[in-house]
Amino acid sequence: MSEPIATEPNAPSAEGTSANAVSKLVSLFTGRSQQSALVTLASSLAAVAIALVLAGILLWATGKSPFDAYSKMLDAGLTNDKLLETTQRATPLIVAAVAVAIGFKMNLFNIGVEGQYLMGVFWAAVVGAYIHLPSVLHIGLIFLVAMAAGALWAAVPAILKVKKGVNEVIATIMLNTITLSIIDWAFQEQFRYEIPGQLDVKTKVLPTTAWLPDLVKNRLSSFIIVALVVVLAFWLIVYKSKFGFRLRASGANAVAARTAGISSNSMIVTSMVMSGAIAGLAGMTYLLSTSHAYGPTRPEGYGFNGIAVALLGRNHPAGIIVAGLLWGFLDSVAGPLQIADIPQSIVLVIKAIILLTVVIVNEVVGRRVAKRTADRTAAQLTLPVVAA
Amino acid sequence: MATDSLAVQLTGIEKRFPGVIANHDVNLNVRAGTIHAIVGENGAGKSTLMKTLYGMHQPEAGTISVFGEHKVFRSPSDAIDAGIGMVHQHFMLADNFTVLENIILGYEPIKGGRVQYDQARLKLQDIMAQSGTHVDLDAPVSDLGVGQRQRVEILKVLFRGARILILDEPTAVLVPQEVDELFSNLHRLVADGATIIFISHKLDEVLTVSDDITVIRDGTTVAEVKPDGVTRSKLAELMVGSELPSPHGRASEVGSAVRLSVTGITVAGLGEKHALEDVTFEIHEGEVLGIAGVEGNGQFELCETIIGLTKPIEGSIVMNGDNITHASPHHRLMSGLSYIPFDRHREGLLLDAPLWENTLLGRDGDPQFLKGPFINAAAAKADSREVIERFDVRTPSELVPAYALSGGNQQKLLVGRELSSHPNVLIAAHPTRGVDIGAQAAIWEKLRAARDAGLAVLLISADLEEVIGLSDRILVMFDGHINAHLTPAEATPELLGTYMTGGVQEVAS
Repeated sequence: MSEPIATEPNAPSAEGTSANAVSKLVSLFTGRSQQSALVTLASSLAAVAIALVLAGILLWATGKSPFDAYSKMLDAGLTNDKLLETTQRATPLIVAAVAVAIGFKMNLFNIGVEGQYLMGVFWAAVVGAYIHLPSVLHIGLIFLVAMAAGALWAAVPAILKVKKGVNEVIATIMLNTITLSIIDWAFQEQFRYEIPGQLDVKTKVLPTTAWLPDLVKNRLSSFIIVALVVVLAFWLIVYKSKFGFRLRASGANAVAARTAGISSNSMIVTSMVMSGAIAGLAGMTYLLSTSHAYGPTRPEGYGFNGIAVALLGRNHPAGIIVAGLLWGFLDSVAGPLQIADIPQSIVLVIKAIILLTVVIVNEVVGRRVAKRTADRTAAQLTLPVVAA
Repeated sequence: MATDSLAVQLTGIEKRFPGVIANHDVNLNVRAGTIHAIVGENGAGKSTLMKTLYGMHQPEAGTISVFGEHKVFRSPSDAIDAGIGMVHQHFMLADNFTVLENIILGYEPIKGGRVQYDQARLKLQDIMAQSGTHVDLDAPVSDLGVGQRQRVEILKVLFRGARILILDEPTAVLVPQEVDELFSNLHRLVADGATIIFISHKLDEVLTVSDDITVIRDGTTVAEVKPDGVTRSKLAELMVGSELPSPHGRASEVGSAVRLSVTGITVAGLGEKHALEDVTFEIHEGEVLGIAGVEGNGQFELCETIIGLTKPIEGSIVMNGDNITHASPHHRLMSGLSYIPFDRHREGLLLDAPLWENTLLGRDGDPQFLKGPFINAAAAKADSREVIERFDVRTPSELVPAYALSGGNQQKLLVGRELSSHPNVLIAAHPTRGVDIGAQAAIWEKLRAARDAGLAVLLISADLEEVIGLSDRILVMFDGHINAHLTPAEATPELLGTYMTGGVQEVAS
């Protein structure tokens, strides 16, 4: 997946077109993406390196050896077991990050992925448990239900935005909270499935026809393949198709896109619905490979971590995969660190610092690159060197 | 008045920005008590130079003297202390403040912690009497017209005690009558001992109003001339190194087929007043219909309505015989409408995207750019190269982002994109605004060629020379309605100016 970067150095970004503060924030996150793959890669790596140094200083300040901590992370993380766990943990984050990235490409900040995938998991668990179909169809149907649930839930903020001008950031944040209430109510009141003699509270367990096989038993779900297909589809649709061109054009300059006959309202709704549909799939490893039912052990934080992964991966397919694996790796070494008496919260700190440095480095590098491109273009034309 | 003493002397000024030298070897001698014009093309370095003189940035080399005294300006307040004031091209006024409050803002006379409004008022009445200007000091600025706002800006500068006034393109926003008024005010000020530095690229004005003229080209001062010792064309030659382009001339005939017919269009405004009121016109095949008007009198709403971005509350639009009043913008663009928008950055371009994506924007429905549901990037790039070639866009390749091009080249790209979709109706809003003279000539040439090939053009422009020169018929828009119909033969800037400010046309027939 390294090729896409090279062929798409000049994708438009959301920079500089938005008027209100929240949109400015969004454009800060989505960054400029006209720079070359190498620069993008270098600046992302630099951000990670800076974050590791800063976290190291923090460790040192609390009396722990950063070298010790980092070598423990590597020792623990680079075993076969942990690499499988890294991939397994990365899978939902990659899917969620694609969902977030679709929004970002349209200059929309879909913070609601968190709620959308939970809706997906819950309704897929409910519907999937009551149907009987051959395995492939059963799983396919469950995917469709999950996507529909996520899409419908994402359509709410989209319609609010189009009809009433409600900012999607605010709407999706509030809907996340509402999601939990709705699911809790539906679960407790309607779909809790009591098995006599068991204390386990879950929805009805899915028939085995709906179980996704593992690639490596109990270690890696075959859902990773679906995740990769999602990433590929994202690349094709957003970066290569006519629809994607219109989406990116609307995201880059909504007014110019509108003037060119692209309805920004329909783009807002379509991209949010797509984003929600993909988000709906994020919880499928949990549902179809791990738990086979919805219960209190439901996954948490895929949406928020997905935002981080999309951001670190610069909304680019290859970047999202790499960033997802990095996040998976950090999550997978948290346990071993704890055992080695290094507070596992250092993992959270590293993640947070990476995010901050990525935003800052993106902005700084983006400005530099923009300036250099302009200068170099002027120089290549050997025009008289005169400014306004 | 000592005419031989120098109010401002700039010697060997050099100002560099990363990658560019904006000014080099600039020498300027401004005699006290004169109007000194600085002329040059857009991008020649006039504004950079004035920012240097006003302390907005510091030069890398060279000296500044004011009334014979060597000065170093660290900031505009240093320049103000030295008696220099600047009237910016874009007004910097707080709309919801009164004129008086705006003028004293940042320079309030204060006694015992209280603003001395009465003292300021007296001082201002004095200044107004001396300079022959008048503005109602208690009117909120939001109620003022452009010409009056400019007077407020000038008063603001005088209030701060400026004896040397820099006016950056002061006439760009004014109609001819207001220009005359401004000039008579400037003469009063000069008679009163002030010195005025007047930046412009409008040669007729410069020749009328100034005592001395300094020409800037490619960042350096190339000549200093007297208005009576130079002709307009000579001055133009000094400015650009060649003859000024002219929008005039046509070889073809206006066709008989009606391409666009707008009937009784009324569009709601923000308040009770309509933004457009009963606007009706027709454009024929091969015809340019010019719309003159001060910006903000409904031209933008008219364009948005024809494009389909704004819904009229009354009236109809028929294009090539199809009633498109309720059609989507996409449908209209697909059926042969094109639009060169008012603001290329806001409405026309994806600045961060490469040129080939910019030339593709709005034309991605064309099957030649598609491979199934996918964009045929190779075809789109080839087409982009063709636009670049045909419209002489100066760029290393179609892969550079649009922001890297100069304004003139961005505009040529935009015009090229709109004409490349082979429209039969084109709305051209300020097609040459903010571009250099070379690009202006090129754009006029392309528009003429397209018109000769049968294109119907709705030309909206604030440049009266452009409107008179390109149009076959001229309408004047004022306050949301059409208030005059003219032929280019009878239209003069003065006459247009009268109608543009609300003058009523006497119906001849």
